Amino acid sequence: MKSIGILKERERQIYQKGKEAFDMTCEKKSLAGSISQRACVFCGSRVVLYPIADALHLIHGPIGCASYTWDIRGALSSGPQLHRMSFSTDLQENNIIFGGEKKLYQALIKLIDLYNPNAAFVYATCIIGIIGDDIDSVCRRVSKEKGIPVLPVHSEGFKGTKKDGYKAACEALAQLVGTGSIKSRSKYSLNIMGEFNIAGEAWTIKKYYEKMGLEVSAIFTGDGRVDKIKRSHGAKLNIVQCSGSMLHLAKIMEKKYGIPYIRVSYFGIEDMSKALYDVADFFKDNLEIMKKTRKLVKEEIEVIFPGIKKYKKILSGKRAAIYVGGAFKAFSMIKALRTLGMEVVLAGSQTGNEDDYKLLRDMCEDGTVIVDDANPLELSKYCLEKKVDLFVGGVKERPMAYKLGIGFCDHNHERKISLAGYNGMINFAKEVYSSVTSPVWQFAPKRKGRKGGKGGYKI
Amino acid sequence: MKIPAKEEYTPTQNACKLCSPLGASFVFKGVANSVPLLHGSQGCSTYIRRYLISHFNEPIDIASSNFTEETAIFGGGANLQLAIQNIIKQYEPEIIGIASTCLSETIGDDVGMMLRDYKKNCTKEKQPEIVSVSTPSYSGTHIDGFHAAVRSLVDSLSVKGNKKAKHINIFPGMLSPADFRYLKEIFDDFKTDYVILPDYSDTFDGPLWTEYQKIPEGGTTIGSITSMGNAPASIEFGRILGEEESAGKLLKKRFEIPCFSMGIPMGINETDIFFDALEIITGKATPEKHIKERNRLIDSYADGHKYVFEARAAIYGEEDLIVGLASFLSEVGILPVLCASGGKSGHFEKKLGEVIPDLKNKEITILDGADFMEIGEAVKTANPDFLMGNSKGYKIAQEIKKPLIRIGFPIHDRLGGARIIHVGYRGAQQLFDTISNTIIASKQDASPVGYTYM
Repeated sequence: MKSIGILKERERQIYQKGKEAFDMTCEKKSLAGSISQRACVFCGSRVVLYPIADALHLIHGPIGCASYTWDIRGALSSGPQLHRMSFSTDLQENNIIFGGEKKLYQALIKLIDLYNPNAAFVYATCIIGIIGDDIDSVCRRVSKEKGIPVLPVHSEGFKGTKKDGYKAACEALAQLVGTGSIKSRSKYSLNIMGEFNIAGEAWTIKKYYEKMGLEVSAIFTGDGRVDKIKRSHGAKLNIVQCSGSMLHLAKIMEKKYGIPYIRVSYFGIEDMSKALYDVADFFKDNLEIMKKTRKLVKEEIEVIFPGIKKYKKILSGKRAAIYVGGAFKAFSMIKALRTLGMEVVLAGSQTGNEDDYKLLRDMCEDGTVIVDDANPLELSKYCLEKKVDLFVGGVKERPMAYKLGIGFCDHNHERKISLAGYNGMINFAKEVYSSVTSPVWQFAPKRKGRKGGKGGYKI
Repeated sequence: MKIPAKEEYTPTQNACKLCSPLGASFVFKGVANSVPLLHGSQGCSTYIRRYLISHFNEPIDIASSNFTEETAIFGGGANLQLAIQNIIKQYEPEIIGIASTCLSETIGDDVGMMLRDYKKNCTKEKQPEIVSVSTPSYSGTHIDGFHAAVRSLVDSLSVKGNKKAKHINIFPGMLSPADFRYLKEIFDDFKTDYVILPDYSDTFDGPLWTEYQKIPEGGTTIGSITSMGNAPASIEFGRILGEEESAGKLLKKRFEIPCFSMGIPMGINETDIFFDALEIITGKATPEKHIKERNRLIDSYADGHKYVFEARAAIYGEEDLIVGLASFLSEVGILPVLCASGGKSGHFEKKLGEVIPDLKNKEITILDGADFMEIGEAVKTANPDFLMGNSKGYKIAQEIKKPLIRIGFPIHDRLGGARIIHVGYRGAQQLFDTISNTIIASKQDASPVGYTYM
């Protein structure tokens, strides 16, 4: 095999535990020519705001960005489906020369008249600033004329990384928060943040908190509604999942409205339970909440425990690789895989920061490889070196795993299977089981020799 | 009947087109030992990779020069150089295919000049070939990016040698890997050498690996592309392409190589033209195997003609694909009541008129430059029995409760998009069986009797 070398500029973004002192760099722009698995600033904004189902999402630019993000997430809505449409100003050469403001204005007016949304988000793509379009003023004008919030999202692809896109989305959301009435808000209310209702996960989580006796004011942004976001500043607590995407908004809301936040994850039994207990602990003036929480956790675990035991028996000792968008998810994955008796030998993320990677290092066993903003060659290299049985990642990593005869579990935003909560843990175990132990891998060339065929006939 | 252009501006809703760098990426993935490089933001290459991976289920590495704010102000030269160097270090390619993006085009980056500078300053002896194509996403669609990249490869690499070569050049356009494999089989059966450009039949539809392949095996070699300047003839598919500057026409102009331009060979009529051209160029008769394949196809047309007669089809996709499909549907008695495309070459209606007999007097709606919102509206009016096109029309089919027969690109909601054969007698056979059975199944499923005979 031709050896896979690591680009010199990327060496410090890869760390193997135990071998050397921890000296990882991260939060860098991707290296030109290294095939990063990251997308761009626009992608960051688009994924965060996407699930707001009663808003118009208009992408201002040439057609590509809108085409590639049409109906891209598995984020469910209990009502309107406007978020699943792809709207674009579809800029043409003459717009590049003469500017696209007029087209943007006309597009907004037309679409708002057609769909009657409760708000509109206008995403600036790469060339918008360069051709000099002032989208802020167009948004202000349309907002005034149409009487709904029209929010510019400054998500020009090249102006940073995906993380900056999260931030731009949070800035846009921050303009909505605080513009609605907060009368009749319960003392025990909270906002669920960084939960996008992939396969209905936000509904599961919401139900848990409601069973604990809490009121969910708004979900950012799963099954999201403009009105709920407007009134979300009435909540007493923000619970933030998914490290990168919504922390910025939680911090804004803490500063502006004095709402504290806690960080949680809903993946795996351990982290799911912690997410409930931490919230119960926050509302500790009401002992009833903790009592209900204990009961809920006990009941839920009792239901899934036999299944987990069954899968653990089969999956014990298998080796896994994790490559996810935000590092926070990787922490949960490590724990969840351990629950199944599996060992994580490669862990990485697109957007982790130094603290994230330090925590990853502390969680992992010696020999585990930790990667930041990896490329397909690096991921393959370590999958092979570490003899991985399972890869947990997104669509872009899937064919790489399969080519090498490695099982795969989709843990990204396109999936259609709920992996959050207690039931999600069982689904996760099933997903892992159905890929790792599938008989098709007997035909993978890396498992040498033919089982069928030769001499199998009778004469 | 062509719908007149809209008077009032309506933004694009659910586009029926993709941007031109995607088409160029297809082509550069179909060259041996090649790495495509998009000169623009990181997102362009990642989105396009994801879009292609969801269709082909193959690892598809496309590099990016990864613009920053500074790059956008001072130009992308330094990033482009760094990207090229890093690709060489990691992938050791024989060729790097660079496609521009809306960003690099808008800031006015002259990639050609940057490459000349790069080559001038390059001290290393062994450098890969570097070919670039201009693909601003604000002009044209993915199919324009595809043809432009093919043309760029030929423009940069093909030369006229001393001795006339024997191979035929073939430019099939954006077909499936299975189409490419079948076309190569036809040339092999004619016992004729050929150079097919691009050729992603292996790179987009390959086996499992024992070891990681940095660049999947397969693709048109640089040597083959070079020798295209020496061929006795070229064949290009696409009646629309026939009206445009193409690689085939460039070879004709530059090296006087005759270019046999024809529609995508879908159905018997269009495929006969292709085989006819092959006979003329090679001086050989069509091999028996293919005549038999044609005969069996006609036999099946006879068996199935009543089931499909005057069935109504709504078809959408790239203009050339739709012209080919309309030709095939018309020859079996199916009425393509809606022919729609996101492309807007200006030749769509005329070319449809060439393949649909008596088009003017038929109740057929033609839409170009259309998005799926307009297509959806037109479908409701056209009241088809089935839809045919890529998977993005599924919601329309679901809404009117009519089957969607998936062809072309992308097919994101089913397996096997790479293995659909669209062209030739074999492709027509597969499509005909699929269509007939879809119609028969619809009737059977709707019947309370549930006959087990047709």
